[in-house]
Amino acid sequence: MNIEETSMQNPWPAIRVQQGLEKSYKDLSVLRGVDFDVAPGSIFALLGSNGAGKTTIVRILSTLLRSDAGTATVSGFNVTTDPLRVRESISLTGQFAAVDEILSGRENLVLVAKLRHLKASGQIADDLLARFNLADAASRKVSTYSGGMRRRLDIAMSLIGQPKVIFLDEPTTGLDPEGRIELWQVIEELARQGTTVLLTTQYLEEAEQLADRIAILHQGRIITNGSLAELKQLLPPAKVEYVEKQPTLEDIFLALVGNDGKYESSKDRS
Amino acid sequence: MSTHFFGDTAVLLGRSMRHIFRSVDTIITTAITPIALLLLFVYVLGGAIETGTDNYVNYLLPGIMLIAIASGIAYTAFRLFTDMKSGIFERFHSMPIARSSVLWAHVLTSVVANLLSVIIIVLVGLLMGFRSSSGPLEWLAVAGILALFTLALTWVAVIAGLTASTVEGASAFSYPLIFLPFISSAFVPTETTPGPVRWFAENQPVTAIVNTIQHLFAGQPVGSDIWIALAWCVGILVLAYVFAMAVYRHKIT
Repeated sequence: MNIEETSMQNPWPAIRVQQGLEKSYKDLSVLRGVDFDVAPGSIFALLGSNGAGKTTIVRILSTLLRSDAGTATVSGFNVTTDPLRVRESISLTGQFAAVDEILSGRENLVLVAKLRHLKASGQIADDLLARFNLADAASRKVSTYSGGMRRRLDIAMSLIGQPKVIFLDEPTTGLDPEGRIELWQVIEELARQGTTVLLTTQYLEEAEQLADRIAILHQGRIITNGSLAELKQLLPPAKVEYVEKQPTLEDIFLALVGNDGKYESSKDRS
Repeated sequence: MSTHFFGDTAVLLGRSMRHIFRSVDTIITTAITPIALLLLFVYVLGGAIETGTDNYVNYLLPGIMLIAIASGIAYTAFRLFTDMKSGIFERFHSMPIARSSVLWAHVLTSVVANLLSVIIIVLVGLLMGFRSSSGPLEWLAVAGILALFTLALTWVAVIAGLTASTVEGASAFSYPLIFLPFISSAFVPTETTPGPVRWFAENQPVTAIVNTIQHLFAGQPVGSDIWIALAWCVGILVLAYVFAMAVYRHKIT
């Protein structure tokens, strides 16, 4: 692959929001001028409390909602003027698992593969079922799945067709600690393979663990945007204090149920 | 129109047909109330009703079929509403598919499901003594009119499904439609009803459709009724389709 091809496939940046993205619902102004870039193959976290406008940004970028002002491009395509090209390169995992309850897990995956116009939809479904540890439940109706299984299926459906950019809107909300750790591994794996991930979260820890860059969204504006190290410099310098380190409840929970070494801190990731 | 429209519609149609066959009760429920009405009118009230035909089942069956369709389309509104609430609509809409195929799949599913209910009703009718002298061409005409009627009402159901804010609201719109056949020529000849009722009955769509199907079943000439029936169906279809698509476009952008 020559350099030109690479740059064709990876137009920089993967996501660009500029000229002050704005969106209001009647009198309620949700976004009041948002700009940011996301580099290809990186994990970008939008951090903010409920109602900060995170979901609105995701909906605009995934062509579900039109902005009032500002422009947004995904993989180099304008979301307003070229939505079909955008949809070809993205995948959306919304806040609630968007799965078909009446179909089986496998049928859900085959459905998405067919709608993405892929051949060998059965093979794709089987591979993903195995990868997401759902092979045993493949032919069961999704309405019998647990919350964690639903979420795994939901993410698996989003990976079909190897989209270049993946939006994850609060992906770990409602998951148990093990499910969350599993999902973090999937997200890191995706980024390693070159997929760009934009995730929203209200958990500071999640952004800290996963993200290459973190933007804090507050009342419709991005008040800060940088790597974790950069954000830490915004605060007063660290001071040395002696604090007794108590195990957190999560440490205790994982020690008791055993996380089988499934997860090592991602902070070591280079 | 997107090049994928037919392929995407076929895939999504397969999806909602699976829904139907995994909850066969929706087809049975659609058929059961009309069948109960059929039994009630034929065996309890029918003896006192003078229709001028030798067989009251023959007279009643067309209206019963329309009642079944009017109640069956409520399930389309319900399924559409569920899809919107569950987030699966948003998943489809963020994918590179022909967006209108999402609605068309639900509409075609409705036509198939209602046709199945109508077939059940015709079979019950046959057991109760329904006899027809129609040939294949007349049967085809009946199927065509019923399909057109289903299509028109289903697009009305799409509007309800897209705009409702509760599940109950999504299906409540069909109640007045179910009552329309009662104030038509479906149960008694319109000549027996008092002035204003008769005026309404003779100028509403169900009467023209019922008359057309009654004549087709009896092997008689359908006269102008078939044109009035088609005009009503096509008119409702076009209006409901245009309005539903406008609502849909407003919803997804």
